[in-house]
Amino acid sequence: MLLVTSVPFDMIEQLPAIQLLLTLLAAPICSMLRNGDLSWRIATAASWASAACAFAILHQVWGGGSISYEMGGWPPPWGIEVVIDELTAIILLLVTLFGALVMTALRQSLTSIMRHQRQSLYYTTFLLCMASLIGITITGDAFNVFVFLEISSLATYTLIARGRDRRALTAAFRYLIMGTIGATFILIAIGFMYMLTGTLNMADLAERLPQHHDNKVLHASFAFFTIGIAIKFAMFPMHYWLPNAYTYAPKATTAFLAATATKVSLYVMIRFIFDVYGVEFAFGQMQLGTLLVPLSIAGILVASLTAVFQTDAKRLLAWSSVAQLGYMTLGLALLNVNGLTAAIAHMFNHAMMKAGLFLAVATMIYRTQTSSLASLSGIGRTMPWTTAAFAILGIGLIGVPFTAGFISKWYLITGALDKDWLPVAILLIVSSLMAIAYIGKMLDVMYFKPAPAEFAEVKEGPMSMLIPCWAFALLTIYFGIDTRLTAGLAERIASSLLGGS
Amino acid sequence: MLTGLFNYWIVIILMMAGLYIVMSSGHLVKKIIGLNIFQTSVFIFFISMGNVAGGTAPILKDGFNVFSNPLPHVLILTAIVVGVATTALGLAISVRVYEAYGTVEEDEITAKDRDNRHRETSVSTVTQGAATEDVQEIQS
Repeated sequence: MLLVTSVPFDMIEQLPAIQLLLTLLAAPICSMLRNGDLSWRIATAASWASAACAFAILHQVWGGGSISYEMGGWPPPWGIEVVIDELTAIILLLVTLFGALVMTALRQSLTSIMRHQRQSLYYTTFLLCMASLIGITITGDAFNVFVFLEISSLATYTLIARGRDRRALTAAFRYLIMGTIGATFILIAIGFMYMLTGTLNMADLAERLPQHHDNKVLHASFAFFTIGIAIKFAMFPMHYWLPNAYTYAPKATTAFLAATATKVSLYVMIRFIFDVYGVEFAFGQMQLGTLLVPLSIAGILVASLTAVFQTDAKRLLAWSSVAQLGYMTLGLALLNVNGLTAAIAHMFNHAMMKAGLFLAVATMIYRTQTSSLASLSGIGRTMPWTTAAFAILGIGLIGVPFTAGFISKWYLITGALDKDWLPVAILLIVSSLMAIAYIGKMLDVMYFKPAPAEFAEVKEGPMSMLIPCWAFALLTIYFGIDTRLTAGLAERIASSLLGGS
Repeated sequence: MLTGLFNYWIVIILMMAGLYIVMSSGHLVKKIIGLNIFQTSVFIFFISMGNVAGGTAPILKDGFNVFSNPLPHVLILTAIVVGVATTALGLAISVRVYEAYGTVEEDEITAKDRDNRHRETSVSTVTQGAATEDVQEIQS
């Protein structure tokens, strides 16, 4: 972050645009190159540069500042405004940093399944997905959110459909149908809001919507929006598309999708609830809490229980993702500072841990070619470093002290106790026990079962995949001890979101 | 009341018809058609919303005082592009599904997947199957 001071002042002003353009422009360049290695270098450089921009932006807004940038120099009501506050900055960092880490590992991971020319198209899609996720995060325009959401979804469908198993195709198709219905619902919601207010700028919407609080059109808009975005971030019971999509997405891609796509959609929900519809309208008048709380709890329990009985490593982690998303929506529904802090911190922490876990599994698959738990048995002896990283990340996911997972769970349980919801707090502990069951099951297989004969000789994963894996693992420990960037920042964001209403 | 909201009734009918097709049909291409009808209903919704009774296109000239709001229309241009892209991708995936399964009926696809799972009980067959696919992929 110190580097930033030496950069010319003008550049800093243009950072929001630069950060988006880096990935957005690198994408077509990669597609034209038709050279896998070179495109990978460009894609990796672009995503790391983007991550550096995210750091610089976070540095700028640190402490409660906000940046407003006029795209193309058009002032807000006419042009599209980019608005960045602390919440935006942390999500930006999540997308770009974890995206860059996965991108670093991606080349090695792809070599076995794709020809070089095809690879460059794959990096193009990956970059487009990342650029549009950045776009969703920074934009201050409601319609722009829809457009970027669709670009990111289209890129995601393509990424999933490239999986080697033919079931990847059906998974991508299902996701396409569900995702498009969700996005179109959001479009309808935006249409209703435009009908009422005549504006698409989020700040203007927030100003003009309160006078329509009793209007049925706004109620319909809110209903469409909630369902649409719930499909997008796979809230239970609209998670139908997620397990298959994550299981069959090729290699390291799952790590990126699991880390970013659902989190950014959840961010859109938080942004719209607090900054567009208004928290009083959403939770007071529309009773969003009565919908979110039972569904989150049901999601946590059902998905954790399903995860325990899975026999495929990727599918198990995918189900655990559905459960973990339940923690985030529960934290949001608690509607107190601790709960909201947990939701925001867990978005970051879970993205980090789940990306690392999927990446570790991808490294194992790189050697074994299959993700069934049976074939991963005994891999702790043949691939000790990968499995050790997996173990650290898994322990983080359970929520053991001194890992990032503990921090968010601590806040969540405190939030539940603040509300005197003792049963909810107990259920959260029960669900942690389930996490011990499914992570423990995987670790048991990896460390204590004998390796099947054909995999007895597999080698340790390649360095280019191991290093990102360990980066995730070490970050998990780091953010379990130093919580200024996660919980500390999340707490400030939470109190400003709740205080502002 | 009924005639004044004619467009919106059409929107609702199309929307329900589209959603019904998506849910009831197992044919992948029919699902995409349903999705298209559903999206089209939203396009009509936006266009109707921007229309001003008796208004013309936004022309800045004497004699054209009342004109429709062009912004929703422009938005829908973007949404149409998104819709076309989605349709294209959906159809492309359907083609790949047909190549991989020999059918685009959801029931038959599920049945074939289930058969596969029964056959490929041991780990090694899965690996081999996937490996040959890769070789073909790299050779082609």
